Amino acid sequence: MSECNVDDAASNEAWVPFKDRPEWRDLKPIPQDDGPDPVVQIAYSEQFREVYDYFRAIIAADEKSERALSLTKEAAELNPANYSVWNYRRNILQELNKDLKEELKYISQVIEDNPKNYQVWHHRRVIVEWLEDVTDELKFTEKILKEDAKNYHAWQHRQWCIQQFSLWDQELDYVDRLLKEDLRNNSAWNQRHFIIKNTTGYTDEIIKKELKYSQDFIRKAPNNESAWNYMKGVLQERKLFDFPGVLEFCHELYSKQIRSPFLIACMIDCYEEMLELGKPKKEETLQKATQLCNELAEEHDTLRREYWQYIARSLASKYGADVSGDS
Amino acid sequence: MGTSVKDIVIPSNAPKSLLLLKHADYIVSYGEKKDDYEYVMTEYLRMNGMYWGLTSLALVGHLDKMNRSEVIEFVLKCQQDCGGFSCSIGHDPHLLSTLSAIQILTLYDAVESVNTDAVVRWIKSLQQTDGSFYGDKWGEVDTRFSFCAVACLALLGRLDEINVDKAVEFVVSCMNFDGAFGCRPGSESHSGQVYCCVGMLSLAGRLHHVNADQLGWWLCERQLPSGGLNGRPEKLPDVCYSWWVLASLKIIGRLHWIDKNKLVEFILACQDEETGGFADRPGDMVDPFHTLFGLAGLSLLGDTTVKAVNPVLCMPEELLKKSKIQFQYL
Ligand SMILES: [Zn+2]
Repeated sequence: MSECNVDDAASNEAWVPFKDRPEWRDLKPIPQDDGPDPVVQIAYSEQFREVYDYFRAIIAADEKSERALSLTKEAAELNPANYSVWNYRRNILQELNKDLKEELKYISQVIEDNPKNYQVWHHRRVIVEWLEDVTDELKFTEKILKEDAKNYHAWQHRQWCIQQFSLWDQELDYVDRLLKEDLRNNSAWNQRHFIIKNTTGYTDEIIKKELKYSQDFIRKAPNNESAWNYMKGVLQERKLFDFPGVLEFCHELYSKQIRSPFLIACMIDCYEEMLELGKPKKEETLQKATQLCNELAEEHDTLRREYWQYIARSLASKYGADVSGDS
Repeated sequence: MGTSVKDIVIPSNAPKSLLLLKHADYIVSYGEKKDDYEYVMTEYLRMNGMYWGLTSLALVGHLDKMNRSEVIEFVLKCQQDCGGFSCSIGHDPHLLSTLSAIQILTLYDAVESVNTDAVVRWIKSLQQTDGSFYGDKWGEVDTRFSFCAVACLALLGRLDEINVDKAVEFVVSCMNFDGAFGCRPGSESHSGQVYCCVGMLSLAGRLHHVNADQLGWWLCERQLPSGGLNGRPEKLPDVCYSWWVLASLKIIGRLHWIDKNKLVEFILACQDEETGGFADRPGDMVDPFHTLFGLAGLSLLGDTTVKAVNPVLCMPEELLKKSKIQFQYL
């Protein structure tokens, strides 16, 4: 629900106290009201205290001026997570009709220093919306994702830009590059789904292509949760059997002694579907599925024993009675 | 490419039992350290921070250690003309701080001391035509805000004031191909967002939209060999994510799918034996946020020295029993 960490404020050695700045002499600073408990001796930095005392005074006076704008910059630098500072900064930007291109440059720098902060990304989104100009956005988010390929905020912003300004064309190439760098990048797999779903959709032809695409990655790292989830996601609206080869693919890996829980889970899904569709050899299929559940519970995925036992039980209760009737 | 998993190793000297009283002391002393850099830096989270601290105290049975009237007075000062609550005096209102404010007032049975009609009006005004909610007037959309809005209204007994069908429709549109949820349609699944979406659907009585077996599996895949849970694939385990995952599993009736003993061991190892409090991972700095979710997690896992916690609202169950809120569980 909220950030885990609070970023450290940047230290600024050339800082001039407000009491030594003639242009601020007319404004009376307002100290922080700390809420419950009597306010005790304040020992945190003089700079932090003064900047925020003046910030409160600016808000109280509803002052929207150049000096107020530069004050929000100082306040944001000390604590970029303070959303009220950004809100007020935007009010000033509008009132003074400031050059938003400049603002975009400025917020780029702030985001690079604080890439995991909600408020700075939100500020950027509003500025891009006002500018109705998305020229730099893909390049910018790419730069951030180069440092941390799973940065949730950067992906959010990128998806918003792509959707808002129809920037779908090159995105699959980008995703492909990311997955070649790190095939476990769950964000990139998600982006792949997002792009295809919103452009071509998962047609029969695309599904075949995507099955092959994900299977090639699974062969390289059979225990990659993200690739398996994607492969099954591709078939979400279909039957595994509409696209022959899934169970064969699993068997191929299994015969190579691969025992990834995701592989075995996918085999169980295939068997379950066969049971559901009333394919022949019910008893044998159920037995295979149950056997695999036991393997997972007892050997390959003991952490999730309860889950696999549940799957085995629910298969037995759904298809077991029927099987005994058959024989 | 191997099958290595991103995880941590629990040090052998990490705490193995719950230091209940130390945690109460930690929270009380945190609130007193107003001269601390950390305290000042988190002003923008003050209301949330007070909710984390007060709920922690309530869960260990020491809510009386804080001054009730001072807390309520602070919360009242944070209600803005529009009806919403800000995180601290003089800040802008936001749904995140508004939920914390309503939760704090509920802890103290003091909801009636604020203008509830104004809160309800403000929350209503944030709902969009697609059913989603803005967090504040600046227009950010996130399923976290859908949860905050619905949770506030449920606590106020006014859920019928918004378009619940539309709100549900938006949350369901954020369900992904892996069965989990993200913050907007198409956003990557994330266990914090799963908690918000599942909690919201529980309060709305619409959990049938969830594919509980698929989601349950995705959630229990979050458990790593160390016993801790992560928020997304290939991320490190963390006490707060352990709570989001655990609470979601509880709501969909699949809590027993994870290895409880190993998770208990992980959470206990995140305590600081000297100062009290919990950190995100063993050996890291403690904070009130992870302290609440550590305690709440242990409560869901059956530790009876901590009071029973409600998995949807993360508040003491005994307190909510008195209310008329309907929680759906699978
Ligand atoms: Zn955390």
